[in-house]
Amino acid sequence: MIEVSQVTKYYGNHQKAVDNLTFSVPKGTILGFLGPNGAGKTTTMRMITGFMAPSEGSIQVAGFDTTSQSMEARKRIGYLPETPPLYGELTVASYLDFVARLKGLKDRRQRQARIAEVAESCWISDVMKKATSKLSKGYRQRVGLAQAIIHNPDVIVLDEPTIGLDPRQIQETRRLIKSLGGQHTIVLSTHILPEVQMTCDRVIIINRGKILAEDTPENLITRSTGVQRISLRVRGPEAEIRTALSAIPGITGLVSEPGEGALTIVRLDSATPHIQEQLAKTVVDQGWGLQALQTTEANLEDVFIQLVTKEQGE
Amino acid sequence: MSQIWAISLKELKSYFVSPIAYVVMAMFLLISGYFFTLILFYTKDAGMMRYLFGNMVVILLLISPLLSMRLFAEEQRNKTLELLLTSPVSDAGIVMGKFIASALFLLLMLVLTFYFPVILLALGKPDLMPILTGYLGMFLMGCAFLAIGMLTSTWTQNQIVAAVLAFAISLLLWFIGASSSVVGNEMGAVLNYLSLNSHFESFAKGLLTSSDLLYYFSVIGGLLFLTTRSLETRRWR
Repeated sequence: MIEVSQVTKYYGNHQKAVDNLTFSVPKGTILGFLGPNGAGKTTTMRMITGFMAPSEGSIQVAGFDTTSQSMEARKRIGYLPETPPLYGELTVASYLDFVARLKGLKDRRQRQARIAEVAESCWISDVMKKATSKLSKGYRQRVGLAQAIIHNPDVIVLDEPTIGLDPRQIQETRRLIKSLGGQHTIVLSTHILPEVQMTCDRVIIINRGKILAEDTPENLITRSTGVQRISLRVRGPEAEIRTALSAIPGITGLVSEPGEGALTIVRLDSATPHIQEQLAKTVVDQGWGLQALQTTEANLEDVFIQLVTKEQGE
Repeated sequence: MSQIWAISLKELKSYFVSPIAYVVMAMFLLISGYFFTLILFYTKDAGMMRYLFGNMVVILLLISPLLSMRLFAEEQRNKTLELLLTSPVSDAGIVMGKFIASALFLLLMLVLTFYFPVILLALGKPDLMPILTGYLGMFLMGCAFLAIGMLTSTWTQNQIVAAVLAFAISLLLWFIGASSSVVGNEMGAVLNYLSLNSHFESFAKGLLTSSDLLYYFSVIGGLLFLTTRSLETRRWR
């Protein structure tokens, strides 16, 4: 449904916002864009929606090129930008009516029916007569979501759809997005990792304009489960504990901090199997008190941090 | 087409909920009314409208930037431009929609001064032709001012900056004919032709010449074209 091929975007003097990006999103898929701030997520989405043209490469939406067949492509896209594009002076109802007309819904009755429908599914029916400038952040976001889906587009692009919502609204929005998947193709960006895990079929991790990984959330996690994240609580001097544990081969990313009393808390990653036994032995041999040793499963957050920090270290 | 009209309607709605439009309209009506009364008592002549039009056009020059400044600057500041530019409407369509709305607002302001000729008709026998062409000339001139303002409005997200730039450009185009005597005959003729007000005089006298009409149409058309291009280049920046 979306084909992005070898897309590069320069800002001003040769500063690359997006660097040779290639990916495709099959029909009905929910794709999550993951990346730190300034990674190129928003730029990529703006290019998909046609707000910006790529400097190099091409993008097709539903078989239409976003620059040469822009109108056809735009008809099939709904877009919620980072800031919901609201006109403060309009009421929610007249705002949605305006957007519906803008998107080409000519028939008045059809428009009214569609507005009532999206108002229902985005939980904004109770604020239809309010001016959009008077809405709370959560409502603004939901009106933004409603305007993105009002013309029932094939492709929905959502830039940080759950930002500014309270936990209950976040859950409801995720459920709404999930229910839109299947018949619609959705691209959403976020930096909330559990969100991707819960809503997306596929994930693209992007940093400094380049794709670092693309897979299903499950695969991305399994791929890195070779790495175990271990935390220890040891009674003993922090500096010496750190030196002793760092000496064990196969340990990465060791951090330590003093806890209450004489406690030291150590966190580390390791790919070596049964490393826990060796850690325990080292601590006990030194005569320190081992109070806790805990292994946590890797999650998407770890994969993300691993990929991004690895890339930045290079 | 229906999308363009949707944009116009939305812009008109925005005008009527914003205090600026009412203030501008009130100011225009008040000052025009003052000039009308003043000139009428001074000349005691049913053909006085021709003097009035010159004054009203200057008022239009002063207030048009206030009507055009928000058209694109506000969209940029509120990030609503992203909605417009990703909707299935051409950039030219967006420009057209907004221009139609501001032109209709201008038309409304002018229509509200129709009581001037009505009073004259009650008092004497004014020549109707110069009044009609004068109004047409004012409308065209106002449209040119609005088109200038709409172009400057695409350059910045600051409405004040957009208004000041529009005012400066309008004023320059207004007085560009004044330098014609300094620069020699040929260049002077060109500058005189470019000048906004040199084409207005015949309208006020009741003359409808095709060259003046063509001048205003091409100035307005050219400015709308530049506005469209200015909007388009955003995508490539």
